[in-house]
Amino acid sequence: MVEPTSSSGTGNTPREGSVTRADTVRGYADLTGEVESKIVEQIGEQHARLVSRLSEVGAIIVIASGKGGVGKSAVTVNLAVALAARGARVGAVDADLNGPSLGKMLGLIGSQLEDRPDGIVPAVGVAGVKGISTDLLIEEGVPLRWKGPAHDQFVWQGVTEAVALREFISDVVWGPIDYLIIDIPPGTDKIGRFLDLVSEVGPSHLQPDQVLLVTIPSEVAGAVVARSATQLLEGGVPCIGLIGNMAGYAQPGRDELLPLFTGPSAGDIADAVGLELWSEIPFDPVFGSRTDNGDPAGAEGDSIVAQVFTDLAERVEHGPGGREEKK
Amino acid sequence: MKFLCIQCDEVMSFSDRDLPGDGTITALFSCGACGREMAMLTNPMETQLVTSLGVEIGGRTVPEQPLQQTRSRLDAPRDDAFVDEEASLAGDPGSSSTIPATEHEFVRIRVTWTSEATDRLAGVPKFVRGMVKRIYTEYAQEKQIEVITPDVMDRARSDLGLEGM
Repeated sequence: MVEPTSSSGTGNTPREGSVTRADTVRGYADLTGEVESKIVEQIGEQHARLVSRLSEVGAIIVIASGKGGVGKSAVTVNLAVALAARGARVGAVDADLNGPSLGKMLGLIGSQLEDRPDGIVPAVGVAGVKGISTDLLIEEGVPLRWKGPAHDQFVWQGVTEAVALREFISDVVWGPIDYLIIDIPPGTDKIGRFLDLVSEVGPSHLQPDQVLLVTIPSEVAGAVVARSATQLLEGGVPCIGLIGNMAGYAQPGRDELLPLFTGPSAGDIADAVGLELWSEIPFDPVFGSRTDNGDPAGAEGDSIVAQVFTDLAERVEHGPGGREEKK
Repeated sequence: MKFLCIQCDEVMSFSDRDLPGDGTITALFSCGACGREMAMLTNPMETQLVTSLGVEIGGRTVPEQPLQQTRSRLDAPRDDAFVDEEASLAGDPGSSSTIPATEHEFVRIRVTWTSEATDRLAGVPKFVRGMVKRIYTEYAQEKQIEVITPDVMDRARSDLGLEGM
């Protein structure tokens, strides 16, 4: 039993060097043994679920940018479909909780998610790609809102969304799949949050296997992507590829591309940032329209863009964690 | 967060909690040596911060359900987003549930629902109904209760802090 001593002095602030009442009380780290809430254990169980779920995933592929409006989601779904067309089992997570689009682009809208004790069975879309998105959880046209005190929303909203993203991965019955593709929303901080989430899982999944940064031929986009690349490199992510989207206008039926932007090419951005250019994807209005309407072509057909996605899927397959790399 | 009874130098134990439904939490802790009690009171923002982590003050009493935090926090969910694997959920008085074994250790018994309890469950939004049903079933199995009635549901709500469900 501790015999507390009174602090000397008459004011609330103890004199320097004096023994305060708090000094005599055991500190947090000193209190060992059972604590009823077991908060640490509860967090540990959440991580264990994540580890267990990811143990069935061959590779985590992250599609990110930092910049908005560069076509990350379109790249995500078309890459997913192109991989599926090669026989890969693919899942896609729409980490853009506030601006979801994978549901529509993968043709998942209206799907119901089977609620099972072992998890939520994901919706299955084009080419058998499995997907989860807030698109499927909220009414069309309704913005994402969380229950909670209206005041100081910024304090708790980030935590709530991080937990939702964790649940999208850990609580969905992905089953054995070759690739889990994560579409990260705009904002360089969102990339960091995802890396934090995955890196907490354990040594076997310390990093995503491949990160593909999407840019467009624009100085502004290139500058943001450079920040994202720096963050990823500082985070020790081993495999980062750059994808130049909207790299010219693909005229239907013609081979040559017309310029869309006057900014630096994806190749120039890749050189400046110090990344390898994995792919340059022209803008094809037909291809884009199909993607927007839930029928992404991926590698289907003989268009220039289809060929680009064929090559990109092959590159991913040969990259870290890819099926070809594992052979 | 831990609470120490300074007089006894004992870690205080969680003893009870109350969720009045206004976003606050009252959590009671007591000293096993002297019996002294204290209440930890949180405001809605503090409550939200803790629950946003997906943890329960006082410890988890039933396993966390799939997408539990997301489902319980969405403000305007799509009501038909989920379909329960048990098609008989709404309206079969004799419906029963068996849940695969988890790490929670207790002998699993066959649980049935009275028609009154089933009716009441049917009033839960579809978005979370399957999840809520599993929580009540887990509670009944843990307490070795074979028939779930509205009284059992009330008790579970109180014991598990499910006032919002």
